[in-house]
Amino acid sequence: MTAPAAATALKEKFPQATDRVSADHVALNVSAADVFAALKYLRDEFAFDLLADLTAIDWSEGVTPRFTVVYHVFSTSHHTYLRVCADCVNDVDPSVASVVAIWPGANWHERECYDMFGIKFSEHPDLRRILMWDEYPHFPLRKEFPLAGIETPLPDAEIVEETGAKAIAAPMMGGPFVAAPEAINLTEAEPRAKDESWSEREEKPE
Amino acid sequence: MVSPNNELAYNSKIEGEVVVSRADAVINWIRTNSIWPMPMGLACCAIELMAVGNGRFDISRFGAEVMRFSPRQSDCMIVAGTVTYKMAPMLRRIYDQMMAPKWVIAMGACASSGGMYRSYSTLQGVDRIVPVDVYISGCPPRPEAILDALIKLQAKIKTENSAKNLFKASA
Repeated sequence: MTAPAAATALKEKFPQATDRVSADHVALNVSAADVFAALKYLRDEFAFDLLADLTAIDWSEGVTPRFTVVYHVFSTSHHTYLRVCADCVNDVDPSVASVVAIWPGANWHERECYDMFGIKFSEHPDLRRILMWDEYPHFPLRKEFPLAGIETPLPDAEIVEETGAKAIAAPMMGGPFVAAPEAINLTEAEPRAKDESWSEREEKPE
Repeated sequence: MVSPNNELAYNSKIEGEVVVSRADAVINWIRTNSIWPMPMGLACCAIELMAVGNGRFDISRFGAEVMRFSPRQSDCMIVAGTVTYKMAPMLRRIYDQMMAPKWVIAMGACASSGGMYRSYSTLQGVDRIVPVDVYISGCPPRPEAILDALIKLQAKIKTENSAKNLFKASA
């Protein structure tokens, strides 16, 4: 069974599923309500037995639907990939069904996705943050979150009292730092600040 | 009948193997040549730190080869790698568990300043949470640079008022 045949069968079983523009693998959009059943169908009927990746896209504030969860599934017997995408219904408090019951390996993927985007995976056995600490109030990969971060207290009250340390907005020093891959001279291709006119000591000119 | 000792010079038969010195000099000499490092390996710098223990670079030439993975048995924390904000309180707790006198070496760009990680998740220099004695530049530093930092730390230890601090601490 090839990926296009699986996609055709999936579209017949789930009429809301549509083709998705893709540069590489066969890709499908399914509705958030169908995503668990559709992925289980792919695993059971078409031997997509490996969840290669689970991530999300933030299309930025004001866009509806704002969050899309992306699943890359792989068949170890047919050696073929398929991409399944589902738009989250709620833009403010997005949620989608957990697929841990289908692939136990999705557990940490979904925790990371929750940590970075704030997408809640319903029926997840242990939906805690995985990279940032538990009390962290922000979701760093959302579009409105600045790369430098937002000032936040550290989790350990004792250490904070001792040192006065906190998570600060990192000094960007004219960054972000970007490489110039078209530069032939490797020295010039090194990542450097886009705007070097300001630093920690000299304020950014308005 | 007891004959008086008329010799004015040092007589090893009478004095034994005694050497007279200042307490500071003796204590600092001992501390300088038996630093027990605690490898706080958090990223790729830890690989270079392993290399410095091998025969090719051989940190034992400077008496610092006894890497202890317990903070209670070591007196120099080498922070080798990127410190995230999530890890920072743990790093401070480990530092607090080390017995005085204790020193900290910030190894590499990340530990010294956050390095290339100017982002929401990374502590912008380990000196924001523990006092640092020696910084090493490099990403990662060469093993020779670690040895250089160790020699610099030894020079610093030699200037300390150890005896005074010792009696002050016990009083």
